[in-house]
Amino acid sequence: MTGERRTAESMADQHREISISEFFEKNRHLLGYDNKIKALLTIVREGVDNALDATEEARILPDIYIKVEEIKKEKYKVVIKDNGPGIVKKQIPRIFGSLLYGSKFHRLKQSRGQQGIGVSGAVLYAQLTTGESTKIISSTGNGKTHKYELKIDVKVNQPKVVREKVTEDHDNKWHGVQITFIAEGLYREHKQSVMQYIKEVAISNPYANIVFDTPNGRVEFARGVEKLPAEPREIKPHLYGIEVGILTRMLHETKARTLQTFLTSEFTRVGRLSAMDIIKNAGITRENLQTGKEEPDFNISPKKVKHNMRVALVDAIKEVKLTRPPTDCLSPLGADAVQVGLKKELNPEFAATLTRPPEVYRGWPFEVEVGIAYGGSITDPTLMRFANRVPLLYQSGDCAITKAVGQVDWKRYGLAGDKMPDGPVVVFVHFASVWVPFTSESKEAIANYPVIIKEIKLALQDCARKLASYLSGMRRAQAIKEKKEIFERYAGETAAALEELTGEKRKPIEEMIIKLVEEKWGEIVKAINGGEPETPEEESPPPEHDIKEEGEENGESREGDAGEHKEAGE
Amino acid sequence: MEKAEKETQENIKKLGNEVLAQLRKVNNPDIQLPIRALSNIYFDEKKRLIRLGNKVSHRTYLNVAHTRKFMQTLMVASECNKIIDQKVTISIRDLYYALKRTIPGTKENTFEEQQESDPIIEDIEVALNTLREKLHLKADRKGYLAGPLTVKDSGDTIDASRMGSSGWGIPSNVEPENIQLNNQGAEYILVIETDAVWQRLNEDKFWKKQNCLIITGKGQPDRGTRRIINRLHYEFKLPVYVLTDADVWGYYIYSVIKQGSINLSFLSDRLGTPNARFVGLTTQDVDKFGITENVTIKLNKGDIKRANDIMKYVWFKPKEWQHEIKHMLQVGYKLELEALSSKGIRFISEKYLPEKISKRDLLP
Repeated sequence: MTGERRTAESMADQHREISISEFFEKNRHLLGYDNKIKALLTIVREGVDNALDATEEARILPDIYIKVEEIKKEKYKVVIKDNGPGIVKKQIPRIFGSLLYGSKFHRLKQSRGQQGIGVSGAVLYAQLTTGESTKIISSTGNGKTHKYELKIDVKVNQPKVVREKVTEDHDNKWHGVQITFIAEGLYREHKQSVMQYIKEVAISNPYANIVFDTPNGRVEFARGVEKLPAEPREIKPHLYGIEVGILTRMLHETKARTLQTFLTSEFTRVGRLSAMDIIKNAGITRENLQTGKEEPDFNISPKKVKHNMRVALVDAIKEVKLTRPPTDCLSPLGADAVQVGLKKELNPEFAATLTRPPEVYRGWPFEVEVGIAYGGSITDPTLMRFANRVPLLYQSGDCAITKAVGQVDWKRYGLAGDKMPDGPVVVFVHFASVWVPFTSESKEAIANYPVIIKEIKLALQDCARKLASYLSGMRRAQAIKEKKEIFERYAGETAAALEELTGEKRKPIEEMIIKLVEEKWGEIVKAINGGEPETPEEESPPPEHDIKEEGEENGESREGDAGEHKEAGE
Repeated sequence: MEKAEKETQENIKKLGNEVLAQLRKVNNPDIQLPIRALSNIYFDEKKRLIRLGNKVSHRTYLNVAHTRKFMQTLMVASECNKIIDQKVTISIRDLYYALKRTIPGTKENTFEEQQESDPIIEDIEVALNTLREKLHLKADRKGYLAGPLTVKDSGDTIDASRMGSSGWGIPSNVEPENIQLNNQGAEYILVIETDAVWQRLNEDKFWKKQNCLIITGKGQPDRGTRRIINRLHYEFKLPVYVLTDADVWGYYIYSVIKQGSINLSFLSDRLGTPNARFVGLTTQDVDKFGITENVTIKLNKGDIKRANDIMKYVWFKPKEWQHEIKHMLQVGYKLELEALSSKGIRFISEKYLPEKISKRDLLP
């Protein structure tokens, strides 16, 4: 071996030297810009996710406007406008003009912003494909409107302000952000498209009002709920979910002076005694100088906790009983809101929805919400996956949601289909967590933790049961309708025969039969709903009746068919 | 109109009026019908006839399984009422066509096939305790007779010994009102299962040589044929001998001639002839008459199942029958009447039948 061994630090320095555009080019498949169709979707998604996060955080019912306009072949203008709180002037260039800047990166709170690299990625993509700057207009509602035209200085990953302007109009109370990108792209309306994405957003964010001007015309997604979901609380991580890597980073960054305070202050649900137990169990000790004995070292500086100690700590955590993490950090939509979302966008004949109680995977609390919509305007079976209200359109095959759906025995619930129910069914699954365990950087599929799959499956089964009972009710109603039809169908001929026999007029007799059916209808329906078996007419011939005789009527003869059953039909 | 016809018509109308009365009271109309099935028959040991029991089924309008049949029952009743008024007699096939029509607003017919209307006629016969003939209905004729007998039918006199090769076709309605019989010296009646063997015997003028009447029902005999056997037996005290294939189906034809059938058990008095005797064939005849086994037919599954079934019927309980059926199952074959031709074409008329009858080698 020749050459000097390089340290991680020196490698990181080198990384910084790689131009940001090169980094982008190399990783565009991870960042959501693999092709022109997906790039357009990613741009819209970054803008819409930000808009929804900003409005919700400010407790404003979102009004979002989106426009996708083809200005030249495969060159698009994309506008996203919200009614959020706006962004203060000095932050605008940083948020839009430098990669990986944002407040959400290290935050443990249920939020959307775990996907892509943020809106600045879209700014960079636009700049790299068309050379155009991105326009940002923002106001906080004070009458001042800031207009920026920005680019990213790719050498230093810093915003480059191309133009900047402030206008004042105190009659204008608008607050929010409007972004305009000019970028390469391709607009389609298939399954993994901007249209599908926005439609799913409208379902999973039923409190948002969305207007979408597509290249083919305007589509409006009206608000269905006048109430925002509860604001999720920020929480500290729970020890049960901790891995050596995260622990290392946290030990490095903490301001705590001792390991014990590190454990109690940086994590949720860890008290002094639990912290001491963990340290004891991990065998982190020091010599008592007075007694010469080894005793637990509760006060070791977090910076001095070495790798083997960290591994021991992670193992020791498993031995200690800790209270589950608090779940008020989660903000599920609620079964009612899911119901509204499904109904307003899909116009189904029936929808069952359910929110499961919170569960924990690896220390992270999560909650599963499921909806099954059936019939009505729905024509094809579709699975809609969501993580923290964001639609997941790609990598369905790797996702825990897809797996759970495949594990449900749909036939038991009166639906055909193997992995996915056949027919006019939309299956909606929302996974809400402070930390969504994506399978990869592209953040399109949820990792297959058994507890996650189990929760989704339970919720699906519950909704499928409701659908099955609805469907059997429909079938019952159909059966009732058919019965009524039978009684009415034969009324005419029966009345005509009775006219011949009694001399009464046919019409009044027929009316008597119809009246009879109406009068006795309650009893008939009750019998059907109660599943009471129809009293069989006792004349049904017993098996012995195959003794065929009296062959006269159809002239069948025993002659000529020697050997075989020669009995004639009746 | 004759008194009897009037009575029949009153009965038919009563059926309609009862339904109407129930409708007026907004009650689910209900037509009660005796059950014509094995579950509701018994064997009258004294008269040796199959009788109808007293179990009744309810055919109601507000039961989807019954509604169609309910309508059909009233339709058949009303049509019978109409044809009695018009003084015509129609065939049961005519009736089917007269009532078959499409129910308005559907693709469904009131009757889809004759098999639907025929049992309804029987239902009405039994419900009103009447006869098809009295309802002015008749079936195609099926049976034939030849021998020293004269018949008065609608003013014509027919000599059944002068009917050439075809014989006298027995009409569907042979009630004494329509048909009068006069025995011209016949001493017994031979009922033959198959037309082919009947023709063979007719050609040989077997009835002349033996002074008997020969009748075929061409398989399972129809009502007219069974009724004429019954009448000839009782009016002229003629013994009845039945000749069928040696198989379970032939044996069953014999039993129907003798004690009536399950389906028409309400007519057993008129249709059954309990004194009838079985002359042949039996599987035991193979040995008795030296018939070669190569003209026998191996029993199939259906034969074996049916043999085991009929052995359990009361009217097959006599030991001679139990013995014959067991023998058949043991040797595993059956044989047709034509098998006797292997012994010569006139074997049946010149040897087999005279010998069996004179020796009284008969089954009960």
